Amino acid sequence: MGTLECRQLTKVYQDHRRALDTVTFSVETAGIFGLIGRNGAGKTTLIRILATELEPTSGTASINGIDILAQANKLREKIAIVPQEARAIRWMTPKQTVMSYLLWRGYAYKEARELARESLAKLGLEQYADVLNSRLSGGTKRKVLIATVTASEADVNFLDEPTTGLDPISRRELWAILRDLGKNRFIFLTTHYLEEAEQLAERIGILKEGQLVSIGTLSELRKSSKSQYSIKLSPKSQVPPVQEGEVTIGSSGYTQIMTNEAEAFRLARLLSEKGVKFSITPVSLDDIFFRLVGQKVRDE
Amino acid sequence: MKNYPVVLISTVISPLSLLLVITFVSSGTLFGTAIEGGLIMVFFSSGIALQSDLSHLKNDFKLQDMIVSSPTSSTLYMAGMALAEIVYSFPALIILIILAGVYLQPNLIQIAILSIVLLLMFAVSVAIGFMLSTFSSDVVQSYAFSRLLSLLFATLPPVYYPITYVPTPFSYIAYLSPTTYAAEIMHSATGYLNISPGMIALDWAVLLAVCGVILFIAVKKTRWKDV
Repeated sequence: MGTLECRQLTKVYQDHRRALDTVTFSVETAGIFGLIGRNGAGKTTLIRILATELEPTSGTASINGIDILAQANKLREKIAIVPQEARAIRWMTPKQTVMSYLLWRGYAYKEARELARESLAKLGLEQYADVLNSRLSGGTKRKVLIATVTASEADVNFLDEPTTGLDPISRRELWAILRDLGKNRFIFLTTHYLEEAEQLAERIGILKEGQLVSIGTLSELRKSSKSQYSIKLSPKSQVPPVQEGEVTIGSSGYTQIMTNEAEAFRLARLLSEKGVKFSITPVSLDDIFFRLVGQKVRDE
Repeated sequence: MKNYPVVLISTVISPLSLLLVITFVSSGTLFGTAIEGGLIMVFFSSGIALQSDLSHLKNDFKLQDMIVSSPTSSTLYMAGMALAEIVYSFPALIILIILAGVYLQPNLIQIAILSIVLLLMFAVSVAIGFMLSTFSSDVVQSYAFSRLLSLLFATLPPVYYPITYVPTPFSYIAYLSPTTYAAEIMHSATGYLNISPGMIALDWAVLLAVCGVILFIAVKKTRWKDV
């Protein structure tokens, strides 16, 4: 098992927009890593740099010891990407889509045909193998793209917002597929669905305005957060005095108190004694994300 | 091609319709040069079509991004796609080659000259088409530009008929297009144009120089990776 290491990665575009600012982190290249952030946070820029599509302004990165700049050609044998807004070519069939990609990667025709068949079968697409992509549903088309990159030898797969625009059922179907794929390859996915990252990723990074503001497993993110627990009170409930933490009133009228473990249990005891109805849960990724990227986002 | 066979018909129509028009208007006397013009048009248009087709694949399907992050080099991608374009033109090529074989009855030297000139034209147009596709961000503009380039370099210049048919001031403009030099070599090789050996040498020199310069620019300026 190797690591993906980013060292001071910075990207300033020609229009002087700073998309990434000294991003430094290291993650094991196993399982699924989820990168979350608002639109424009730099997720796509980071994934494109790591996939050797875009050169950083400064800094570098390596994947399993292979430098993205000095050894880009070597790295390209190990990686594959489904870019944001990628679509299956509509005048091709899923079988042709997967096969042509494999032929581009240098596979022999027979091998490409066999790998395409296996990959489509793994994603439950056998019955669509010879149907034109233009006749497939949005979710199936997306699965075709996933099948395309996972059919190759690449053991590091970059998926840039793979479920954007899919209905909830298709999204969940794709989650199941990605979970399965993540068992024997490294999947680096970006998403702006927090639930998706929470459900799929063993480790999560949060980007804000080009800077990595937090990274770790969900429990590590909780621990590093000032608040580990969230207490929710129904509307019009009397809020007890809070010694540590943050009190917010949501648009539907409920009150949320985010605080540390000791204060959460003190408040819980107090609320129980007073007979106030409340719920107490560990903070969710939503809570951590909104806290890190700013309250303004939540109000939107 | 198998999925949308109608595309094949469209690649046949342009070169053959011009061939027919020129043949009818000249009462058959320019049939030979029109066949050669058709071949130039097929090769040049196939290469230039890369510009719009690759732009479409790049911008609408993100294919270029997927290929950049794979072991495939830009040269291999360009060569593979150029081959695909010429395969699409097979119906027109087969018809034109049969017509050339029957009507022109070229000897081996003439076949070699015609083949080299057509391959040079194809290389130039592929390099131009590929380079422009990597800069393109708008598919509609790409298709319009592709048609414009085909018109400027394969339809307007005197490729279907000898340059002697073009009045003097316009013939100077015609020499701005590399296809004019290609046509001159082909027309003279098959006996439809009488020009001095010096002029033929100049045609070859210009054609090779244009090919070299365009390939050099394409290698240096193609935007394979993003900046």
